[in-house]
Amino acid sequence: MSAVNDTTDAVEALNETGYKYGFVTDIEADTAPKGLNEDIVRFISAKKGEPEWLLEWRLKAYRLWERQQDEEPGWAKVSYPPIDYQDAYYYSAPKSVDRPKSLDEVDPELLATYEKLGIPLHEQEMLAGVAVDAVFDSVSVATTFKEELEKAGVLFCSISEAVEKYPELVRRYLGSVVPYSDNFYATLNSAVFTDGSFVYVPEGVRCPMELSTYFRINAANTGQFERTLIIADAGSYVSYLEGCTAPMRDEHQLHAAVVELVALDDAEIKYSTVQNWYPGDEEGRGGIYNFVTKRGACRGIRSKISWTQVETGSAITWKYPSCILQGDHSVGEFYSIAITNNRQQADTGTKMLHVGRNTRSTIISKGISAGRAQSTYRGLVRMQGKAGNARNFTQCDSLLIGDRCGAHTVPYIEVKNRSAKVEHEATTSKISDDQMMYCRQRGMSAEEAVALIVNGFCKEVLQELPMEFAVEAQKLVGLSLEGSVG
Amino acid sequence: MLEIRNLHARVDERAVLKGIDLTIARGEIHAVMGPNGSGKSTLAYVLAGREGYEVTEGTVHYQGTDLLDLSVEERAREGIFLAFQYPVEIPGVAGTTFLRTAVNALRKHRGEKELDAMQFVKFVREKQAELNISDDMLRRPVNVGFSGGEKKRNEILQMALLEPKFAMLDETDSGLDIDALKTVADGINALRDPARSMLVITHYQRLLDYIVPDRVHVLAHGRIVKSGGKELALELEKEGYGALAGAEAA
Repeated sequence: MSAVNDTTDAVEALNETGYKYGFVTDIEADTAPKGLNEDIVRFISAKKGEPEWLLEWRLKAYRLWERQQDEEPGWAKVSYPPIDYQDAYYYSAPKSVDRPKSLDEVDPELLATYEKLGIPLHEQEMLAGVAVDAVFDSVSVATTFKEELEKAGVLFCSISEAVEKYPELVRRYLGSVVPYSDNFYATLNSAVFTDGSFVYVPEGVRCPMELSTYFRINAANTGQFERTLIIADAGSYVSYLEGCTAPMRDEHQLHAAVVELVALDDAEIKYSTVQNWYPGDEEGRGGIYNFVTKRGACRGIRSKISWTQVETGSAITWKYPSCILQGDHSVGEFYSIAITNNRQQADTGTKMLHVGRNTRSTIISKGISAGRAQSTYRGLVRMQGKAGNARNFTQCDSLLIGDRCGAHTVPYIEVKNRSAKVEHEATTSKISDDQMMYCRQRGMSAEEAVALIVNGFCKEVLQELPMEFAVEAQKLVGLSLEGSVG
Repeated sequence: MLEIRNLHARVDERAVLKGIDLTIARGEIHAVMGPNGSGKSTLAYVLAGREGYEVTEGTVHYQGTDLLDLSVEERAREGIFLAFQYPVEIPGVAGTTFLRTAVNALRKHRGEKELDAMQFVKFVREKQAELNISDDMLRRPVNVGFSGGEKKRNEILQMALLEPKFAMLDETDSGLDIDALKTVADGINALRDPARSMLVITHYQRLLDYIVPDRVHVLAHGRIVKSGGKELALELEKEGYGALAGAEAA
């Protein structure tokens, strides 16, 4: 396994490289100076008290990133001014000074959205980044859950904590699905990731609950380079909910997360995301760039990985949650809703790499564009030479609202095995005047009508979401499109 | 209830209604008949407030207020209902969800508490049985793959749930076999109420055997060319629109 080799090499390389560059940064400081160089990488690692092998891994990533700085990917159908990577902070302690002290100081528009979504008050404070000492309810809920998880043997903690407490697991799997050399942003993430989640579900264990935002509250401030690692050992099952339907207050413009999933024999991982970061204003000013690498490896036979995503936020989304179907009879699924309004741009899709025999994958993608937004589905289905009887079904539906937006579908299909079968269906439609008239004649406002029609359009994906997410996600679909009609 | 004075309207720059006068009192049922292209559906759309149907002259007063000032949904909330000639499909939206959203939009407008899913099922059950609408039909997406009869029964179910004060039925009989016609007509008759007025638009006298109107109007070339009692429909059936439309033109 390459990750194991990588990390072993890293340890060996340690003595040679040593601390050649030394520290120029005071590690007592809460914030590293602006810019990115090896010292910053060392600073982050030292701040987190990481073992040498991890520092070395970070440094390898950094050095690679530095060499390919001019090779930022340009193939996606998105456009934005060049990012100055030296004009950013790569480490700042969670307690930033300019946090609002109470909800009174928070943007009323943000609060109005929370209200519409029915988010409880204490969660609103957390999401808005209010500097409260403790979020009592949530903490106690988290504690109860934690005890139950411990009983089941499920390990669930921040990745920093995991590095400390379960170094063997982290060392074995970190970078084994998304190697540090994978792509520009993943390389950057490997060098400077600050935190994220770690889950390990032991053999034969069905995780007794959805691992959700509720207890990620403590880890909420993981910053712009999040790193998540989930391992489902043989015969286990876990459902993980990432994100939150409420928009997050966030001062970072660039987000480059990495998520790695590993499913061993007969294991199943269900990973659901609702992404609702700040999309910028109507003219496209501000807004988050979300450049994420998500990949799951179905290593074991009959293993299964299922991605469900609802992407409504961010100014730019660049995201392709993928599955490597290595184990025979393994299954990969991708269910996606991407909503873009105003000036938002989304280039999103998936990769299904069929390696093993009798592997199956399903892709259902629903793209909705309104305003002047551009939405692209980009997906790769590859049937490798040994993927006998592999199957894929892809359905890409686009819905346009208004006549200034765009929807694009870019499927890549590579088949190297004669017995493999690939199906691709694509549709593009508009909300018709007849549909709007029908709904409004029954007393619905134009916005209620759009929300209803779009929710119907997305139904196949929404029903894949865990219950607790689905209801909020439905509301969110409506909210994201407010102001898109008449 | 409804007072239409000298109503002119155009669609896509083409004048379709050319001076309609019509008064419908509370509790009355009026039928509008006429050949294709005479402006029957346009009249219904103009009263419902459909965009693209431009009123160029005239007034419409509804319960004393100026109807033309209101948006489509405001009119609906004030009790105006249109049973569509071609009910549109809304993929992925279950019938129940659609109905509940509509009912709640009206309840919200009236300042009443919105119904949750459970309460709504109870509310709808009774009406559903009267119109022979199965649970399965309500689970399916709105009008998707519905037969002609199912679509029309579904329209009448909506009318029953939304309890309008003024309902327009646009060729509700079209595409129905005789049994389906009877079910739909029974549904409409069950909704006859001293407080509810209706405008029944149809080509054929057949529907009016079941839903007996108080007044019948003949529409041709965007004007009402003749009005009378229910016997006018029978007359038309015998003689066709030709004579009337021709007389008007001459």
